[in-house]
Amino acid sequence: MIVGMAPEIVVQQAINGLVLGATYGLIAVGYTMVYGIIGMINFAHGEIYMVSAYLTAIFIATFQFFGLAYLPALLAAVLAATVLITALYGWFVERIAYRPLRQSTRLAPLITAIGVSLILQSYVRLSQGARSQGIPSLLQGSFTLNIGPHGGMIHITHVQFFIIVIAFLSMALLTFLMLKTPMGRACRATEQDLVMASLLGIPTDRAISTVFVIGAAMAAVAGVLVSLNYGSFDFHIGFITGIKAFTAAVLGGIGSLPGAMLGGLILGLAESFFSGFVNSDYKDVFAFSLLVLVLIFRPSGLLGQPQVAKV
Amino acid sequence: MKKLMFHGMILLAWMVSASPLAVAGDAIPIGVAGPMTGAYAAFGEQLWRGAEQAAKDINAAGGVNGKKIELFKGDDACEPKQAVAVANQLVERHGIKVVIGHFCSSSTIPASEVYADAGVMQITPGSTNPMVTERNIPTLFRTCGRDNQQGSVGADFVVNKLKAKSVAIVHDKDTYGQGLADAMRDALHRLGRKEVLYEGLTRGEKDFNALVTKFKSVNADVVYFGGLHNEAGPLIHQMKDQGLKATLVSGDGIVSQDFVIAAGGPAYAEGVHMTFGRDPRKIKEGEEVVARMRKAGYEPEGYTLYSYATMQAIAAAITATNSIDGSTLARWLHAHDVPTVMGIKGWDAKGDLKVSDYVMYRWNGQGSYEEVPQP
Repeated sequence: MIVGMAPEIVVQQAINGLVLGATYGLIAVGYTMVYGIIGMINFAHGEIYMVSAYLTAIFIATFQFFGLAYLPALLAAVLAATVLITALYGWFVERIAYRPLRQSTRLAPLITAIGVSLILQSYVRLSQGARSQGIPSLLQGSFTLNIGPHGGMIHITHVQFFIIVIAFLSMALLTFLMLKTPMGRACRATEQDLVMASLLGIPTDRAISTVFVIGAAMAAVAGVLVSLNYGSFDFHIGFITGIKAFTAAVLGGIGSLPGAMLGGLILGLAESFFSGFVNSDYKDVFAFSLLVLVLIFRPSGLLGQPQVAKV
Repeated sequence: MKKLMFHGMILLAWMVSASPLAVAGDAIPIGVAGPMTGAYAAFGEQLWRGAEQAAKDINAAGGVNGKKIELFKGDDACEPKQAVAVANQLVERHGIKVVIGHFCSSSTIPASEVYADAGVMQITPGSTNPMVTERNIPTLFRTCGRDNQQGSVGADFVVNKLKAKSVAIVHDKDTYGQGLADAMRDALHRLGRKEVLYEGLTRGEKDFNALVTKFKSVNADVVYFGGLHNEAGPLIHQMKDQGLKATLVSGDGIVSQDFVIAAGGPAYAEGVHMTFGRDPRKIKEGEEVVARMRKAGYEPEGYTLYSYATMQAIAAAITATNSIDGSTLARWLHAHDVPTVMGIKGWDAKGDLKVSDYVMYRWNGQGSYEEVPQP
């Protein structure tokens, strides 16, 4: 299908897919890290992302009200504040809904996760209203490039460029945190063996909290970027995006950090190319068929480690 | 034993008399059902505000045959399943005999089965899908037009006014959206044109960039969208971000300020066209009501006055027949014209309006819409 298409269209679709995939990847980090460390799926994660979109709007309005007009400073302040508050949400959710149930059956935290997700959704709906909310377009304009024999034009908006840059920067930062710092070591040790880690004096409860906080922070980065990109959001956006990000996490191999980003990018590109060159009606069908195929041949995902029963 | 019989008889008599008594009290219960919460709550609010204002005005003028109108709100969130549950609740718990609603065609159609079984008269102020009135339900009416009429006006505008060469048609895979897109496609074919693209997007998503790039690859100069504002907003936003010059044309699913918000501001919404009935706020009969609602701080946009007019039609039917039986009311409405805030309205045998008046509107740079002048 792609053969015979104008090159600028192919490149444009690749950019569309990368941008979409980068946001999926950022949110997928939360699913994959939580699964890695305590083996549960945090279904409230999509709602954490939704909350961060609202926080973005609130902080933009607040900072602008206090006269912060310089754009890079405003963006940095909004990003920092949103990440901070969203991380608090992540910490609270773990503390209230999951920690008390750590010793119970595996299904119990799953149910509380769904409960938390309903509570967050209703809370936002009741406090902020059910209608779409909008934020002003802060970053306007776009880069245009001419490529191909006919000089076809491709557009990358400044926001899209910003999304890709920030997504990769935060992934790099996260990888550094996990691999090179004592905090990261504690998290990895807890992930490998919770009981053994706690016997060796690692504060496992704190490590688990850290993971939730990191997951929420990454979702907040995605929330800020997506709100800036699309300019509008409502209380329901967490659901579809959450499912897509979860799919990305499973595709890349749940439990694996690079897998989350890879899964996100593959999912974004697959959706984009399929709806661009085949049919957008069936793009979700295609994306999920891809997932099924990957799971048939690699049951633990692209970069996932097969689960070895610890005896 | 005799005593037991006696008590049994009393109980039976009470049960038999209880149901009509509850309804034949001094209030007339009327249901207003629509998406009161959820992503499309803006439209639910329009229906509720219109009906509420009408009920208030009618009650202030002495009610209907001396009885006051009492409204019951039903929230379907634009979900077919919830619509059926709400319909059952309105009929069984509140004993309503007349309902205004629902809004989304995909909710109105399943809910209408419940109302028809219970003999409840249903008038929808906003469901435009042809199927709504094509199922021979004598107690079902609408105070709006049909999507096939809307599609014809849209196609005529796109072909004759915009002189479009390649038209892309997109819908949201929902009853209303896809129905409207189909109507547009049929109307285009009647004009001897063929669309360059016909596809669906997923309701609830925000990223339509892939589709927008596809518009570019087929050189669409008009994009027709069948759907609601929550998806139309991001769609036009991304079309403009990608530097697409194509005009977005849509139907009455984006007649709300929320469209401007979803698009990311008036600058993005500007230039989008949509079909909608002749602006009810500019009809002379409604001037006083519009002024009163504006004074109360509410702009009666979109379907607000449709809902008001629906309530007036119901009140007129109840006054004339002195009954709240669904089929009696329906028979009367089929046979009589009613003066409303939107002018005189009359219904044909199907329950459609005898006259519908779709015109083309254009969103301007100030975040409001105005009629496109006719040549």
